[in-house]
Amino acid sequence: MLWSSFLLALREIRRNLLRSFLTILGIVIGVSAVITMVTLGNGATQAVKNQVASLGSNLLQIRPGQRMFGGGGGGAPDFTLADVDAIRSQIPGLAAVAPQENKNSTVVAGSNNWSTSVVGSTNDFFTAGNWTVAAGRTFTDAEQQAGQTVCLIGETVRSQLYGSAIPLGERLRVGNFSCEIIGTLGSKGQASMGRDQDDMIVLPLKAVQRRLSGNQDIGSIQVSVQDANNIDQVKSDLTTLLRERRHIAEGSDDNFNVQDTRQIADALSGTTQVMTTLLGAVASVSLLVGGIGIMNIMLVSVTERTREIGIRLAIGALESEVLMQFLIEAVVLAALGGLIGIALATGASVLLSKVMQVPYTFNASINLLSFVFSAGIGILFGYMPAKRAARLDPIEALRHE
Amino acid sequence: MSALIELRNITKTYGQGQVSFQALKGVGLGIDEGDFVAVMGPSGSGKSTVMNILGCLDVPSSGEYLFRDVHVEQLNRDQRALLRRNFLGFVFQGFNLLARTTAQENVELPLLYRGEPATERQVAAAAALEQVGLTGWGHHTSAELSGGQQQRVAIARAIVTSPTLLLADEPTGNLDTQRSHEIMELLTSLNEEKGITVLMVTHEPEMAEYAKRIVHFVDGNIDSDIRNRAINSYRRAA
Repeated sequence: MLWSSFLLALREIRRNLLRSFLTILGIVIGVSAVITMVTLGNGATQAVKNQVASLGSNLLQIRPGQRMFGGGGGGAPDFTLADVDAIRSQIPGLAAVAPQENKNSTVVAGSNNWSTSVVGSTNDFFTAGNWTVAAGRTFTDAEQQAGQTVCLIGETVRSQLYGSAIPLGERLRVGNFSCEIIGTLGSKGQASMGRDQDDMIVLPLKAVQRRLSGNQDIGSIQVSVQDANNIDQVKSDLTTLLRERRHIAEGSDDNFNVQDTRQIADALSGTTQVMTTLLGAVASVSLLVGGIGIMNIMLVSVTERTREIGIRLAIGALESEVLMQFLIEAVVLAALGGLIGIALATGASVLLSKVMQVPYTFNASINLLSFVFSAGIGILFGYMPAKRAARLDPIEALRHE
Repeated sequence: MSALIELRNITKTYGQGQVSFQALKGVGLGIDEGDFVAVMGPSGSGKSTVMNILGCLDVPSSGEYLFRDVHVEQLNRDQRALLRRNFLGFVFQGFNLLARTTAQENVELPLLYRGEPATERQVAAAAALEQVGLTGWGHHTSAELSGGQQQRVAIARAIVTSPTLLLADEPTGNLDTQRSHEIMELLTSLNEEKGITVLMVTHEPEMAEYAKRIVHFVDGNIDSDIRNRAINSYRRAA
């Protein structure tokens, strides 16, 4: 009985191609719209998270002054190497502590010159900032101790000055001195605020202090925390330690600030998540419209189908056989529509995420959800009118106009 | 001849209370196997109602309906459907073929519900179509056939299962005179050559003349029930 109902159902689908197509279309549109929107939204969120992660993992940025963004506050003293040592020795759970002194300078190689940011720091800088060395090496201990004029250059600087060449061993002029290029850094691209992270060169801290700043100050400190769960603890430890070292009286405001990349990440991905929800809501409307389309087609065809059911009953079909046929019809159509929708959505998502340069991730739950929803509507509205008609007396069903 | 069908004191009431309408008022009727009965009568006389009850499409309000000594009035919905499937064939005034479906598929439909395999369905349907003179029309859909042809397809669908009883509700009601006579010839030959018992509702005396027996309904009961003497003379003339 199941098999013959299945045959009957398939035959009906083939026979009523237009009706079948319209039903499927509703499901396809609903399913593919929701999946594509949500997948792209998730991709955008992921892209933002990736960008923030490229700033450094579990990174805390300590700057003088009170403001969250932007350089040192007026009047607030810079840090010293002693502060860095104190942080390193007194606060547990740190992966890297990188003192940093930044100056802007023009760098010159041959006939090319480029204005960039010159960073004085230690090897910890690369660890904290998730930097990779594309070619060459990082500093040796001797170079860091002596403040030798060796440097690693960012991708933007390299390409601006040397084109496609890897300039290891070349000498690069920085202001009034020159340094030997010992390495190039892997590219990290734009940071979330539009700043080009690759536009810089890195020298040992002492070299920058001595030759560009002319003092022993440290403009900022990057602290990388081993375990993300400890960030709040580390933050308060840092604040306590630095208040003490900077002799800030009880009740006075800090004259430094500790910035957390996680906060930035949360703020930004929160925004994109709102966007995703919004897109999802818009797409849900198309799912709903698709559902109403399915409903209409199914209900409109009910008059014709009531007669059909009457004929089938009159020639000896059991109520259960008729219902089974209609149920199978609805299930086959809904499943077909759902699968086409998912295939279409996958294609569109992959393509659009390439165009929009966001990562593509397959989201099983949204696929399932939209599939179940539209298939459910298709089945419900394919089945319910049939159930009502099959309960009629055959003569009543035949008389149906 | 043994009694195929026996109706005993059948009543059928539609509606309830004040607005109720008694369509059948204690009908008693016996039909023998192999008979060809025409049921006549004015509108509202209950001829269609008795037809629907005989066809197990409707149930009587009271009384007994025996089909081969089985009490049909005691059967449930599915049992009545199985009785229709295995013993009855229907021909309707409005043909009632499935839309966008070929003649062949329409005729195969009852066999599908009987669970016959595909090849046997095709052979039987082709044979039934041949019997109604529609060889070669199997792949045409209902919309591509004339009224007379559609009714022939409907008859082929009704006889493809070799039913015991063929019920025809105004089979010529939608057809012109010439087609009507062709359909009646077909029903007569099915009755005489295949031994199928035929019960036909009609309001055209001309068509009733083909039957061996004519039952007149008036006001929910049988008014007259006569063996048709004219049958031979009519057919000689035709």
